[in-house]
Amino acid sequence: MSALPSAVGRTLTQTGEDGSQSAGQSVAEEAFLPTCEEVPCAPNILRPEGEIKLEARSLNMYYGSFQALRNVSMAIPERRITALIGPSGCGKSSFLRCFNRMNDMIDGFRLEGDVLLEGNDIYRRDLDLAYLRKRVGMVFQAPNPFPMSIYDNIAYGPRLHGRPDRSELDQIVEQSLRQAALWDEVKDKLRQSALGLSGGQQQRLCIARVLAVQPEVLLMDEPASALDPTATFHIEELMLQLMEHYTIVIVTHNMYQASRVSQYTGFFLMGELVEFGHTEQIFETPRDKRTDDYIRGRFG
Amino acid sequence: MTRPHLVHPRHVQNMMYIVLSLMAAVVVLPVLGLLAYMMIKGLAGLNPDLFLKGSQALLPAMVGTLYLVLLTAAIAAPIGIAAAVYLSEYAHRGILVRLIRLAIINLAGVPSVVHGLFGLALFVMMLKFGRCLLSGAATMALLVLPLIISASEEALRQVPQRLRDGSLALGATRWQTIRRVVLPNALPGIMTGLILSISRAAGETAPILFTAAFLSLTNPYPESLFDEILALPYQLFVMTSEMPSVPAETKWATAFVLVVLVLGLNIGAILWRTHLRRAKRW
Ligand SMILES: Nc1ncnc2c1ncn2[C@@H]1O[C@H](COP(=O)(O)OP(=O)(O)O)[C@@H](O)[C@H]1O
Ligand SMILES: [Mg+2]
Repeated sequence: MSALPSAVGRTLTQTGEDGSQSAGQSVAEEAFLPTCEEVPCAPNILRPEGEIKLEARSLNMYYGSFQALRNVSMAIPERRITALIGPSGCGKSSFLRCFNRMNDMIDGFRLEGDVLLEGNDIYRRDLDLAYLRKRVGMVFQAPNPFPMSIYDNIAYGPRLHGRPDRSELDQIVEQSLRQAALWDEVKDKLRQSALGLSGGQQQRLCIARVLAVQPEVLLMDEPASALDPTATFHIEELMLQLMEHYTIVIVTHNMYQASRVSQYTGFFLMGELVEFGHTEQIFETPRDKRTDDYIRGRFG
Repeated sequence: MTRPHLVHPRHVQNMMYIVLSLMAAVVVLPVLGLLAYMMIKGLAGLNPDLFLKGSQALLPAMVGTLYLVLLTAAIAAPIGIAAAVYLSEYAHRGILVRLIRLAIINLAGVPSVVHGLFGLALFVMMLKFGRCLLSGAATMALLVLPLIISASEEALRQVPQRLRDGSLALGATRWQTIRRVVLPNALPGIMTGLILSISRAAGETAPILFTAAFLSLTNPYPESLFDEILALPYQLFVMTSEMPSVPAETKWATAFVLVVLVLGLNIGAILWRTHLRRAKRW
């Protein structure tokens, strides 16, 4: 990444707003984080206003002896798009996978700290993992449609969680595909293999597949990195539409993308959350020197 | 400064091509020769009477072998596939798994006559099944289990991890993922193991020698699992070793029928697998 997105200039007028944000931050802490005394609040980590959907508190995560996350605390606001940026290997995906517990299967995985969904610990023993993953859906970096028909791909989730009848399924399939802006392109070939679709269509199919189980949160791990610019544009448009109903967390190493679609941005470096705040603030007036260096393309 | 090749790579390439083709020919020619010889000899002895008349009639033996093969697959396939699923999907680590794998590999190396003796001791005598179709198929199942397990495990490993992840992330349990995504996509590969085991079971003599096979039964077609059976390879074995009066053409014809049966089973199964594979592509 060579330069700052041209649309985002470095303006001084933001400083005032910046200050008011810090003020808002402390108010928000009182309002939404009753256990804040337990959690050391780093100076450059904003606590967003409004409802908090997901929260990580003092996460330390290990793969065997390797520590992938270092004391990461972040509150993710409801029905907003939160972007996670940082050089590759800094722990973005690892952090994202904590929210639907997709790390659980990895050998040597260990987690300290709390992950909360609407204030409830999702790593508690009696948690229903299937129910968690129904509420917190995930879209992967490479499109991974199942080798079955388009229809069956979308119906896969609903069939897991119940026994919908034919007309219910038809309705869910159409609605999900419409939501994912794919309906018009595939409505005449629902019975054909999903593998015949283009990469961009496959990724929207994967999004539709997640939407079909009616999640509350969408975790997206570089959902457009394998796609061409047009397909990427489609996905970004789609995310902005979905924001109305869903809480979205997107990992991207594309800073243009982060600045285009997200309202909040977190910058990771070597397992540490260096800075978290409003997207304009992060891109225009980063507080940490390392954030500044990264978004100006000085490293990473 | 690099020194030039002693022999130009292109010449080495040409030489290797010739050597490798010769090697392939060395493997293929004897097989083709054997098949051709058997066909010529066997076709000469082939006539309708051979199948139906006399104490060496082939039809009952073919039916016996078919029953044996089907029952073997029916016993071995569920156990073998379940074991492979356990090994590859549930138990990735640990000393127990390594021990199981070691046992499977060693089981595959045990001579088939030893399986036959073991089957005699366990199924015929200890479990008191007697010499019968069931004992024979159970013994044969032991013989082919390692084949089925290894092939199925390999097939399961071929299913991309991202498909499992996609399913789990939608809230599927591990079993739902196996049942709906992993197994359907591993099926063509699992079929390969079944094909191998079926043709193996059709051709083996030693495992049924003490456990199931008889010559000239009063009632040539088995009516229950506890009846003895006639079997093609056993019939050929006895015919060749103990019946000098039987003309050579009859023996060759029997061998020919056996090979055609095994090849037929293989080809049928391969066609089925190809059909499945065409339906599932990732
Ligand atoms: N399954 C794993 N086992 C061991 N180490 C891993 C595993 N996955 C990721 N890591 C390591 O954790 C670090 C963070 O990885 P990741 O979260 O994938 O980073 P990012 O998504 O930011 O590129 C990297 O150093 C990576 O090598
Ligand atoms: Mg990543």
